[in-house]
Formats: sequence, structure tokens, C-alpha cells
Amino acid sequence: MAVPIELTVNGKTVAAEVEADTLLSSFLREHLRLTGTHIGCDTSSCGACTVHVGGRAVKSCNVLVAQLHGSEVTTIEGITPRDGSLHPMQAAFKACHGLQCGFCTAGMVMSAIDLLRHHPHTTDEEIRAGLEGNLCRCTGYQNIVKAVAMAAKAMGRQRP
Amino acid sequence: MNAARAPLIGRSVERKEDHRFLTGVGQYTDDIVLPGQSYGFFLRSPHAHARIRSIDAGAARGAPGVLAIFTGEDLAGIGGLPCGWLIKSVDGTPMKEPKHPVLAEGKVRHVGEQVALVVAESAAQAKAAAALIEVDYEILPAVVETAAAAASGTAVHDLAADNVCYTWSIGDEGAVTAAFARAAHVTTLRLVNNRLIPNALEPRAANAAHSPGDDSYTLYVTSQNPHVERLLMTAFVLGIPEHKMRVVAPDVGGGFGSKIYLYAEETALVWASKRVGRPIKWTAERSESFLTDAHGRDHVSTAELALDAQGHFLALRVHTTANMGAYLSTFASCIPTILYATLLAGQYATPHIYCTVQAVFTNTTPVDAYRGAGRPEATYLLERIVERAARELRIDPVELRRRNFIRKFPHATPVGLTYDTGDYDATLSRVIDLADVAGYAARKQASAAKGLLRGLGYSCYIEACGLAPSNIAGALGARAGLFEAAEVRVHPTGKVTVFTGSHSHGQGHETTFAQVVADRLGLSLEDVDIQHGDTGKVLFGMGTYGSRSLAVGGSAIVKALDKIISKGKKIAAHLLEASDADVEFEHGEFRIAGTDRKKAFAEIALAAYVPHNYPLGTLEPGLNENAFYDPTNFTYPAGSYVCEVEVDPLTGKVRVDRFSASDDFGNVINPMIVEGQVQGGIAQGIGQALLEGCRYNEDGQLLTGSFTDYALPRADDMPALAIELAPGTPCTHNPLGAKGCGEAGAIGTPPAVINAVLDALAPLGVTDIDMPATPHRVWEAIRRHAR
Repeated sequence: MAVPIELTVNGKTVAAEVEADTLLSSFLREHLRLTGTHIGCDTSSCGACTVHVGGRAVKSCNVLVAQLHGSEVTTIEGITPRDGSLHPMQAAFKACHGLQCGFCTAGMVMSAIDLLRHHPHTTDEEIRAGLEGNLCRCTGYQNIVKAVAMAAKAMGRQRP
Repeated sequence: MNAARAPLIGRSVERKEDHRFLTGVGQYTDDIVLPGQSYGFFLRSPHAHARIRSIDAGAARGAPGVLAIFTGEDLAGIGGLPCGWLIKSVDGTPMKEPKHPVLAEGKVRHVGEQVALVVAESAAQAKAAAALIEVDYEILPAVVETAAAAASGTAVHDLAADNVCYTWSIGDEGAVTAAFARAAHVTTLRLVNNRLIPNALEPRAANAAHSPGDDSYTLYVTSQNPHVERLLMTAFVLGIPEHKMRVVAPDVGGGFGSKIYLYAEETALVWASKRVGRPIKWTAERSESFLTDAHGRDHVSTAELALDAQGHFLALRVHTTANMGAYLSTFASCIPTILYATLLAGQYATPHIYCTVQAVFTNTTPVDAYRGAGRPEATYLLERIVERAARELRIDPVELRRRNFIRKFPHATPVGLTYDTGDYDATLSRVIDLADVAGYAARKQASAAKGLLRGLGYSCYIEACGLAPSNIAGALGARAGLFEAAEVRVHPTGKVTVFTGSHSHGQGHETTFAQVVADRLGLSLEDVDIQHGDTGKVLFGMGTYGSRSLAVGGSAIVKALDKIISKGKKIAAHLLEASDADVEFEHGEFRIAGTDRKKAFAEIALAAYVPHNYPLGTLEPGLNENAFYDPTNFTYPAGSYVCEVEVDPLTGKVRVDRFSASDDFGNVINPMIVEGQVQGGIAQGIGQALLEGCRYNEDGQLLTGSFTDYALPRADDMPALAIELAPGTPCTHNPLGAKGCGEAGAIGTPPAVINAVLDALAPLGVTDIDMPATPHRVWEAIRRHAR
């Protein structure tokens, strides 16, 4: 059964008719072709598909797009500045080598931004606990933790 | 200007590839949608072992959106998936090679084996239609346990009635027997190297298209080695002319070995794309990854170490049973032989080693190389038995290792390898400092005050990387060469594109290789692009595995650069009216020695493409060179790791508190990237030691088929790692002096962790535990000894 929905994705209004069982992850990837959001599992375990809904990190494989009528969704494409520069979290991941194959990266960055938004002064231990929902098979997490700590400083400066 | 630039080699420059990954514009296989795209779904066997009586796809064919359905009968005329390495048994007979069908033919032999391919307008329609296919199975008893397979009475394949694929040996059995006869002490150990599921975070995917205009194919696929994929699929399975197929491995989200192999899915898709007349895409669900990506490890071994009264190793005797799974995957046969038993000398001057390996078929997913591939199994066995010998003889484990270290190079081991260089005392000494072993006693006391048991474990590993001298590999049964290829294309403006046969799926080649090229040619990093992963662009390639990319692929690039510089000198000599021999090249400038007459690299490039003043009679225009590099030996990265754990005796929970690593990778191009490789490898090693264990039940059902049942390390499972790259002993036989770094962490880590756990549990009388040392296992071991 198709249902009409209207929501905001990366600041743009999107209106569509979708099957009622369409997941946000497939809506983003297949309908909107926003392929920066990745799908790494089928049990909501890996966090590769993490996006922001109403400013909170959400695993997009675990939400029906039909639930999101009127919501604001932001993906990795949406947090990237339009001038070719990087969000402080993206820049920190680059500076700290917080990514290797890049597949978990978008979800990791989206989770980390949410983490810092709610816990701007985190310890390394809290960062590890805060990213517990995102799997990375490449980095051993060491440089991800380093990146988030670096971004915390940069973002703290940005928004005192 | 260039003359003043500091070298890029040795600097932790940020990665060129990161921007696209961080902004979400990387392009992975599943991101690609082709015009007229259709979707494939594989109906898979729910049984580990069954005869297929009949398949009724009638209802499914009429389901909405269905374009075609194919079963094994449709593909019966085409070849099986080949194995790339022939191992011969001790009696000289070749290994048993049962056909590995693209779609099951008559029987299924593991849960998840592909039985039918459904092609439909959407992935959801293909999946829904597959549910309507009725397969009548006659369920057969399953062979599951590695150690029991040869005596099970049920045959996985008719042509291997005892389930034995081969029984292979290496070393001098007589010399080993004689050495044991004069030993003052013999330490024995039986151990299991637990089966692992690689779980690269990007699931495997493929998208195949046929072009009727020229009867050619294009395949996008999650591959670590697209040229090998093309060669195997066209020449050995489908019979398509090799030049009529282009294989593209775009951005690939991790491999760890699991994306080396030619798999059934992409092969079926290519075959079907012509029949359907539409491009077909398939992307694995994670549950399919668990069931069908080649698994790793799965050894059961017994080992005996003979020592003299002074603690010198006299001989090592090993028998290993290795699980191949239901079919021989692409490199399965060489992993527990050529890449395992040849490493059993480790860092030690053990004079005699004898190892027999029995490879068995079981009704489980095929097993092949997973990060380290054979070398982690060898290191685990060796470093466990060395630690046990030290404990039995009451010799400090560091001292026992030092007493047996190899110190003269080159060193020929009794198991076929010749180590070119190394300094094992140096890495061990550095890691002891790094780990603050001196402060251990105080930390142990502090743990005890909290009611916790603290333990410290060592591991000294060696690996053979940089695969491999083709002639040696060929003599050992390889059915392929193991060189690497490169092309350096200098454009008229002096910008450079390099095409490499190595494939980057996280390793950062686009940066590391560019650093090498930019330094050699005196260019900036921005002036150099690295292209890989496309048979339509890259001349040839053997791909990425076995920590070979820099040592072999990088060396091929250097060879091609040498040719570029050599030709550039001839052009410069002409322009500067000098003889070739008088021209030298440094910092991006061709100069007549001892003068200030010079030409910039870009001027020479322009002259090569606008040859108005050019020696056309003796030199072709253009500046573009190919090279193939075939190594003359393996490389031998080595290092020492120290792990410190805290065990809660009430719960059995093991916490890795400290982990220190000192690695000798020879020359290092980008330390940041190399340390990242070690960090990731250590995480997978800690995963194997404490968290990850693939389990089947007696019916061959996979019990650990999702991330909720199979524990990958998460951020809070990992300690902060202390990693130091040793000054290093450069490889003596490749132009970069590089040894390779991708697998070290996964190789060296498991024994360090388990040795630490056993050290913590030693006061309770626990002397053995198998991986993964989960809280349950540790708690049980504690309880067994408490009784």
C-alpha cells in the first residue's frame, strides 16, 4: 500500500508516495539517491546507516519513512558544507586517520556529532561508550576516538 | 622550488581518498544503478547436506516483476569455480577437487549454498518470488566437526569418501624424531584455532551487464583483485573471451581476504545478464555474508616442542587438521600449508621442524584466507607452546625466547623459507619498555586489591608477506603468477596518473603510492593520481592480499618510474645538447652534471608530447611506461606484542587493559597509515582471542549468523593501543625496502592475549583455554579448577 509523505531532507522539502514498509535507509538510497548512507547489516547492529532525525542520531534501517511525515532528516551529504570544506567532525576524522575503507564512516560521523551535541565535554571512555552502536572493522576505533576528541575541542570553540 | 621540498616518504600526510568517503560521495558497488537495472536474489539451501529431488519454480515464475529464474540445471554446462593452488598429498596424489558449482547441482553441501537465482524488476520482488520456489530436499547427515570429519562415515563429496582433501607434510621427519629422542624436555599442546567470519562492513555485491553490440560484459563487484576475478571467471568457468569482459572493483568497504575469491554470485549474475538482457544487481544481506563469505582459520592441532637442558629448541612436531568447508575456495588449499607450516620456525632458530596437515571437507561454508591467512595460526601455535615451555621449565618467557632467537641473516629455516633480515631482540626490547613491564608488579598488586586477576602475555611473530616469487610459488603448486603490474602515464603538462594492479579497500594506496611517485619525480602530491580496480584501465594486476601492495605493487611502480626517468634523461640530453650519461635527475629537474643547465620535469613531458625539437630518429614520442615486478623472495615483517589483561574471577570477564606493539616493517612510507593498519589488525586479533567464534550445531546450522550472535569488537571492547614502528631492518630485495604491514596485528595479537589470560589464571591452576576466551569459558575454566 502506497502512502503519501512529506518531510525535509538536508533542508529540502521532499514529497513522495512510498510503500508503507519502506525503510528510511532505502528511501534515502534508492528514492533520493543519497548513497552516502550505507547499509551494513540487517539487525540494526552496525550503525553504518545512522542519520539525524530531528537532530538526533537514528539508525535509518530501523525507521519506516512513513513514520517521518513532517520530520527533518539530515544525512552525511547534508552536514557537508557546500563550499567544499569539511564539517569539524569530518575534518577531525581526516586529520586523525579515523577512517580506512570509508564504509562505516558516514554513520560514525553522524553518531559522533550527536554524541558531542549532547555531551560536549566527553572523556575518551565516554566516547567509546557513546559509539558503541557503530561497528568499524578497519580502524580498531583508536583513531576514531582521537578524532571525536579533536572535534570536541574544535566544535567547542565554534559554539562557546 | 622542488629542490627545497622535504621528502613525502616517511611523512604522515592526510589521505587523498578521505574527502569522498567523509562527504558521502564514495562509490561502492551497491551505489551503482545501471540503465535498465534489474535485481537478483539467491534462494539458498536451508540444509547443510541434502539431495535435491526436485525444484518447482512454476508459481515463482508468475510472481509480480519476475524476469527469469535459473537453477543448477540451466548452468550445468559451465565449469565449477576453480581453486588456484594445487597441493599434493604425501603419496604424490593431487588434492581432491570436487566441482564447486555456480548453482547447486543435485546436492547442497552447506547451509546458504545458492540453489536458484531469481531476477526481477526490484530486489523486493525477487526475494518475494524466491519464497514461492518449492525445493524437495532429501536431508542427509551432516559432517561438521573439523577433527571428526575424516572418521565421520558420511561423505561430503563422492570423490573424497573419507572427506580428506589432502594429507601434506613439510620438513624432515627423521631428523625431528632423532632430535626428540635426545630432548631433555618435551612440551606438548593441543589447540583449536577458532573459525572466524571476516565481516568486512560492506557486504559483498555485484552488478553485471551484457552489451549486445559487441557481446561484451561489464561487472562491478566487491573485489580485492579484479583481474584475477576476470581471468578465473572467463577462462575457467564461463568460457567468455577474457577481452570481452571488464571487471570494475570501485570503492570497496573492507576485504580482509574475504573479497579475494571468485564467488558463485557474481559468476551467476554475469551469465544471467546476457540471458535476461538487462543489468542484474545483487547485494548480500548481512545474514548472507555470514553464510557465504569464505570463513577463516578453523584448525585443530597437536604440537610438541623438544628442548635441551639449557632451553634451546631442538625440534618442533606439529599435526594440524584444517577445515576446507564444503568446497575448495579460490586459495583455500594453500592457506594451511604454504602460508602456515612454512612459518612454524617463527623468530627461532629451531633446527628441525616437521608438520603434517590433513585438510578435510565438511558441510560448512568454504574456508579460505582471512587477514593473516595461515600465519596467525602458525604464530598462535608457536607462541602458545613457547610460553607453556617457559612455564614448565620455570624460565622467564622473555629469556626463553631470547635464547632461541635467530640472529644471523640470511637465515634458512627447516620449513622452506629464507629470512633476509630482522632484529628480533630490538623489537622485543622496545615493546618491553613501551609496555612498562617494569611497572607490572605494582599494577598486578593494585588489581589484586580490587579482587581482580592480572596477567601479562608476550607474542613474537613473524610473517611471510609480499607474495611472492612466481617461480617458487609455481613450484609449490600455485596456478598463477604473483607479480604485480604498474603503468606510469605522464601527461603533456607533467601531471601523472599511475595505474596499479594493487587494489585499495581501506589501505590508503591513493596516498601512499602517490607519496612514492611524487618523491621520485619531484612533484607535489596533488600532481599525482593513483588509479586502481578497473580492468578497463589498469593493464594487469594480481591484486591485494598477503600484505603485498607496497612491497610488490609499489615496487612495480618504482620500476616504471625508473623507466620514465631514464627516457626523460634522453629527451633532456637532446634538448640540452649533452650526452645521456651526463644528465642526472633530482628534485624534479634534469640537469647536466656539474652545471646549472637544466630542464624541469614538466618541460620534458611537454617535449615528449610536442616533439618538435626531439630525437625522433632514436626515441619514440610520449612519456608512458609499464612495468611488471616479480619479487625474488618473500618479505618478513616481524615484531613483539605485550598484552595485559584483568580478569574478574566472579564473572570470567576479561578486560584488555594495556596493549603494546613494536613492529618492524622495514621502510615506512606513511607512518599514520601504517599505524592504522596495525590498530585494525590488533582489533581483529583481540576479536579472535576474546569475542569472535563461529559456531555450527551438529546439523550444520550456523548458530552465529548475525551481529547479535557473532561479536565483533566495538569501541568499548578496545583498550588504547601503544604502537611503535621500530626503526626497522629494510627488506633487502625490493627497491622500497618495504615489508608490508596489513596483517601483522591480526597475526601477533591472539597469542599475546591468551598468554596474558593464562598468566592471570595460572595461580588458580588453569593451564589451557581455547579462543575465544569469553566470560563463559573463563568462568568455566576457573570453576573446573576450583572443584
